[in-house]
Amino acid sequence: MALISMQDVSFTYAYSEAPALTDVSLTLEERLLYGVIGVNASGKTTLCSLMRGLIPLFHPGTLTGKVEIRGRNLLEWDPAELSRAIGCVFENPFTQISGIKDTVFEEIAFGLENIGVPRDEMIERVLEVVERLGLEELIKKNPNELSGGQRQKVAFAAIVAMDADFIVIDEPTSQLDPEASDAVFEIIGDLRKRGKSIVLVEHKIDLMAQHADRIIVMKDGRVIAEGPTADIVTSGVMDEADVPRPEVTELALALQGTGKAFPSLPITRAEAFDALSSRRGG
Amino acid sequence: MAITFANVSFAYPSGWRAVDDVSFTVKEGERLAIVGQNGAGKTTTVKLMNGLLKPTSGTVTVDGVTTAERTTASIAATVGYVFQNPDDQIFASTVRDELEYVPRYRKWDDAKRDERVGRAARLAGIERYFDSNPNDLPLVIRKFVAIAAVLVGECKYIVLDEPTAGLDRPGQRRLVSLIDQLESEGVSVVTITHDMRFVAQTFKRVIAMANRRIIADGDCASLFASDELLRQASIRRPELAQLVRDLGLSDRAYRLDEIAALIPDNR
Ligand SMILES: Nc1ncnc2c1ncn2[C@@H]1O[C@H](COP(=O)(O)OP(=O)(O)OP(=O)(O)O)[C@@H](O)[C@H]1O
Ligand SMILES: Nc1ncnc2c1ncn2[C@@H]1O[C@H](COP(=O)(O)OP(=O)(O)O)[C@@H](O)[C@H]1O
Ligand SMILES: [Mg+2]
Ligand SMILES: [Mg+2]
Repeated sequence: MALISMQDVSFTYAYSEAPALTDVSLTLEERLLYGVIGVNASGKTTLCSLMRGLIPLFHPGTLTGKVEIRGRNLLEWDPAELSRAIGCVFENPFTQISGIKDTVFEEIAFGLENIGVPRDEMIERVLEVVERLGLEELIKKNPNELSGGQRQKVAFAAIVAMDADFIVIDEPTSQLDPEASDAVFEIIGDLRKRGKSIVLVEHKIDLMAQHADRIIVMKDGRVIAEGPTADIVTSGVMDEADVPRPEVTELALALQGTGKAFPSLPITRAEAFDALSSRRGG
Repeated sequence: MAITFANVSFAYPSGWRAVDDVSFTVKEGERLAIVGQNGAGKTTTVKLMNGLLKPTSGTVTVDGVTTAERTTASIAATVGYVFQNPDDQIFASTVRDELEYVPRYRKWDDAKRDERVGRAARLAGIERYFDSNPNDLPLVIRKFVAIAAVLVGECKYIVLDEPTAGLDRPGQRRLVSLIDQLESEGVSVVTITHDMRFVAQTFKRVIAMANRRIIADGDCASLFASDELLRQASIRRPELAQLVRDLGLSDRAYRLDEIAALIPDNR
């Protein structure tokens, strides 16, 4: 059974003229990391909201077509049950903080507390993710007195601690320094290895190329391509969608047809290194 | 004319020390990037530039006058700051109202108001949202509204706090042409960003911050050449710069054309 299946799905937000999603048909399998890319306003966040059951419940509008999550029609899911089944990180890091907790530690533990996780286990889970994200110095700090990137890390940590089977993550690294972005992708990669199903919206294509199994490309509310990461990021669909390719892929494309050409297009730095290392000094 | 920090330290009211003994100068007409670790003190530093915050010790001087001696409103006419979170900046219920705040405050006549507002909206690419409520717009568009609102004022120094966050490629092109335009008018542009590919393409001078301090202030190539500085500031060099370094081809190359030239023939 597919994790999610969508057939001819269109959605128009209430009071808005143009549809945010048009004729989307997609099947997502369990235990894979799907990357979603596309320019601003192409419909990425709307697609996430749909998968999480926020549409049409919390974002009213006109929904047509059929959406099934784990074989059950979206409209038949109990919203509370769905929100437990799906972990999600929202796009805007500035609005993720609950505002009612006094410390970063309690903020990260908030969700676990709500679902009644025993105290020892809660502490263990929170401290583990705190360490991976380098938040140790901040755990006693007031969550309302954090820098932009620190807030985003806390929001991400809270979702990771929840350990849901299916996680939808919308731009988790937009405010993060490069080291923290790497750490977030590594954590997501580990979740994937542990068998979680993940949908990840991100602009950082170099990291996406390293970690995603498959890529969904959006443009003007439509899914214009879906396929294995290497096929997608080396194809012309990237130009059509006006999204960048991995830097090493761009280098290889620039060298095509010259005496320096790569044997095939690399999508990660490791692949590019392997292709070039035998040429060194030669 | 310049903005000068001399041994500036700052602690928030809760006592949290955010900036420690920072000294640097931004000259009129100069453009530079500030990069570094989350929580390093970048936003705090630039808020000290336009008087939103005043130093706990040390002095910040804008065109010869210390910020301690001036009101925040009077400094804001010289140093424009675009907030990291646009929602901390935007208060009006339409985009037009937000952009006309400065003209109203400074009592400009209608002709000047329309000219400045129109130009700012064009540069930021938000003309078609004039009648929208900012709350209904996506975060990245709200950021461009915040940028436009600052462009309306005739500031000599403009600070952009993470304009590249969540920005797509068309947006990056618009941002670069906006920065180029400001530079051609002699306006200084200070940009905080975590996007090293963008830094490499757009700036020569870059300041790196880590742990409340400035740890480097110089050209991109020197910063990207130092593993130690990058580690301290939690940054990474752009992918291609790392590739040619791993291959032993160059420690300093970072632009695509430079790097393409370094790749050996495949025979
Ligand atoms: N209002 C506040 N009260 C107390 N501490 C604060 C406050 N705002 C920020 N800080 C702390 O000051 C330090 C510097 O914060 P600042 O916002 O300047 O960082 P930054 O370099 O801009 O980080 P980022 O890249 O995440 O935006 C951080 O440790 C942060 O937690
Ligand atoms: N809550 C909303 N109400 C009305 N229109 C919206 C809302 N959220 C998004 N939209 C519109 O839907 C389209 C898709 O937006 P979004 O899904 O946020 O794109 P992305 O995440 O790819 O930037 C855009 O035209 C956007 O303006
Ligand atoms: Mg979005
Ligand atoms: Mg900041």
